[in-house]
Amino acid sequence: MPPMSSRFARLAAIATAAGAFSGLFGVGGGTVIVPLLLLWMAYGEREATGTSLMAIALIGALGVAGHAVYGNVDFAKGVLIGLPAIAGVIAGTALQQRVRPAAVSYAFAALLVASAAALAF
Amino acid sequence: MSAIDLIGVLAVGFGAGVASGLVGIGGGVLFVPGLVYFLGQGHLEAEATSLVGVVMVAVAGTVRQRHYGNLRPRDAVEIGLLSPLGVLAGVVVANLVAERALEMGFAAVQVYFAYELVRRARGTRAGGPPLGLSERASG
Repeated sequence: MPPMSSRFARLAAIATAAGAFSGLFGVGGGTVIVPLLLLWMAYGEREATGTSLMAIALIGALGVAGHAVYGNVDFAKGVLIGLPAIAGVIAGTALQQRVRPAAVSYAFAALLVASAAALAF
Repeated sequence: MSAIDLIGVLAVGFGAGVASGLVGIGGGVLFVPGLVYFLGQGHLEAEATSLVGVVMVAVAGTVRQRHYGNLRPRDAVEIGLLSPLGVLAGVVVANLVAERALEMGFAAVQVYFAYELVRRARGTRAGGPPLGLSERASG
């Protein structure tokens, strides 16, 4: 565990990068938060993904509030796509406990390369 | 809404949730095209609406990962609450740098992250941070 000031500075840097990239590209902060927790904060794969989800819940809630002010949020449609996603995330987290942590890193690396290709081409 | 559209949106939602649980993303990258394609939303509206799904999936995923002992709540709260600073920084940067340069820059960062994650998973990279700083030496 890094010293407190270093730890806070790194978390602040991760938060800033996640906020900036999600604001710029509409890509969720998770593609930034998970790798940085792994590479900078010496997290394990499962902890990084779990902690990322909690941060995303807060970031997403702030985003919903901001967009709702402008009337852009259709809550009924959001819930319609969100409900099956809850079933999915319960299955996904259960599956994650059964695979090797390194497999999570490889899956994430593949996701990053696909996302980079989508941005670049 | 046709039955096909309903099945499509349920399938996209479920798939996004599985991805979210496996790798810790919010799933917006799948929600947004799902809302555009199956529910006929415009891009801005879909991005805004997708956040409802993101919050739902992230809260459910957080509860499950807490159950599995994979959560550091304090760090998560700090990242979540400090992220609006980044949104502001992003707005400033977006007005200073060409959009294409930003896209290519972020793509390069993602490829670099992918490379480092694979090195780390293969055990050919120390667990510490980049820039030559040693995590273990500092802590």
